[in-house]
Amino acid sequence: MIHRALMLALLALPALAQERRSGFEDMAPQTQAMQRDDTSNPGMLWALEGEDLFRQPAGPAGQSCASCHAEGSMQGVAARYPAWDTARQAPIDLAGRIAQCRTDRQGAPPLARESQGLLALSAHVGQQSRGLPIAPPADPRLDAARVQGAALYAERRGQLDLSCAQCHDDHPGRRLAGSIIPQAHPTGYPLYRLEWQALGSLQRRLRGCMTGVRAEPFAYGAPEYIAIELFLMSRAAGLAVETPAVRP
Amino acid sequence: MITPRRLFLAAPGLLLLPRAAHATAEAMAEAVRGFTGGAPVTRGRVTLDISPLVENGNTVPLSVVVDSPMTAADHVRAIAVFNERNPQPHVITAQLGPRAGRAMLATHMRLATSQRLLAVASLSDGSFWSDEAQVVVTLAACIEG
Amino acid sequence: MARVLINVPRTAARGEVITIRTLIQHLMETGYRPDANGVVAPRDIIRRFTCRYDGEVVFQAELSPAIAANPFLSFTTVATRSGVVEMSWEGDNGFAQTETRDLTVT
Repeated sequence: MIHRALMLALLALPALAQERRSGFEDMAPQTQAMQRDDTSNPGMLWALEGEDLFRQPAGPAGQSCASCHAEGSMQGVAARYPAWDTARQAPIDLAGRIAQCRTDRQGAPPLARESQGLLALSAHVGQQSRGLPIAPPADPRLDAARVQGAALYAERRGQLDLSCAQCHDDHPGRRLAGSIIPQAHPTGYPLYRLEWQALGSLQRRLRGCMTGVRAEPFAYGAPEYIAIELFLMSRAAGLAVETPAVRP
Repeated sequence: MITPRRLFLAAPGLLLLPRAAHATAEAMAEAVRGFTGGAPVTRGRVTLDISPLVENGNTVPLSVVVDSPMTAADHVRAIAVFNERNPQPHVITAQLGPRAGRAMLATHMRLATSQRLLAVASLSDGSFWSDEAQVVVTLAACIEG
Repeated sequence: MARVLINVPRTAARGEVITIRTLIQHLMETGYRPDANGVVAPRDIIRRFTCRYDGEVVFQAELSPAIAANPFLSFTTVATRSGVVEMSWEGDNGFAQTETRDLTVT
């Protein structure tokens, strides 16, 4: 109960401060055009690969994702993650769920975090929620991690002693060097970042922010990232999924 | 294991190419001469469209359109794009002809830094036409190693 | 095989100018980029793109390292008759890939 109240208070802060907007709104018109047009959005190369991988049998039983999940059944799924994983009694993000399905259900070799295959499958599944509002599950088992995520977001870290909130809540819309500081809504992951010249996950982006403030980033797949994602997705509830988005 | 500080310090090297390794106005002029064979180039008929302010130099959309009927008798044979301050002055050369229907080319290019770009079209009558653009590349604050 | 995304209309009217758009997954390693240890990665780029249609090369491009990773190209051609539009990419380290799309001209 205390958790819930604290969480709602934390969630209310940025919402009160300003109108929420996707980072898409802050981009140059040319970058927006690149995202809008699937034939020029390089992220679509990964989404397309994911579509193939989804149908490709893997593991000893020769099962593919599509053997269980019918065409179109992934619609809206990405908008609801991270979710509660009953088996592990912990929150799990979409990439984690895909990787888990692959090893535990298909018995296939694991897909590493940030591997081309896992990014491609995440992009394909995410793309099917495009345009749908982010809808975090009301599952109370996620509350503790969400509160932890809110705390991590507000915690100063690194040699620069900066928290996520100090940039993304206190100064969004202003410039840090040449870049506009976005409100940090994870609407389009995995996304094609022009800086990366490749598709990457929210965890990669969070790691970039952490090294940016000269903090030691958490390891890929760390529960801290999932906690932050839970918080960010709650904060972005209702904004449309853009996967695979393009960002500078 | 690379430390975060190492990553942070290394990051600018990924964005900015080695300072000494960029082309120059002379190198660009030389590359243009390689395309035109030294023939005069007239400003006009070509439209080079690129954002004047670029938020990331890694992937910059650009297009070139040439005003031409694209008939067997009067068409664009080739379009080339050059730059002044990337490591090499040449960006792309496209060969086309009346079968293209329109004299148009679009691509995504890299810009190491703020600079001048030049698009030159080679026409079937042996003339060369051009357009240029000045592009400012803003420096990103948050870059990853 | 590199992943490609090609946009060619399936059908077109005779004489119509159609737009072709292509994306191909490729790093376009410039040959100027030092890694975290200061070692410059050798150049590995796509150098040439060719589009053949109705028995002829209708568009060809020579690319330099200044072309962005995952090269995007867009150009036009006149729909002459039903046939195969063939697109080829060639590059460093023996990179070669060809893709075809059928175009029906009415």
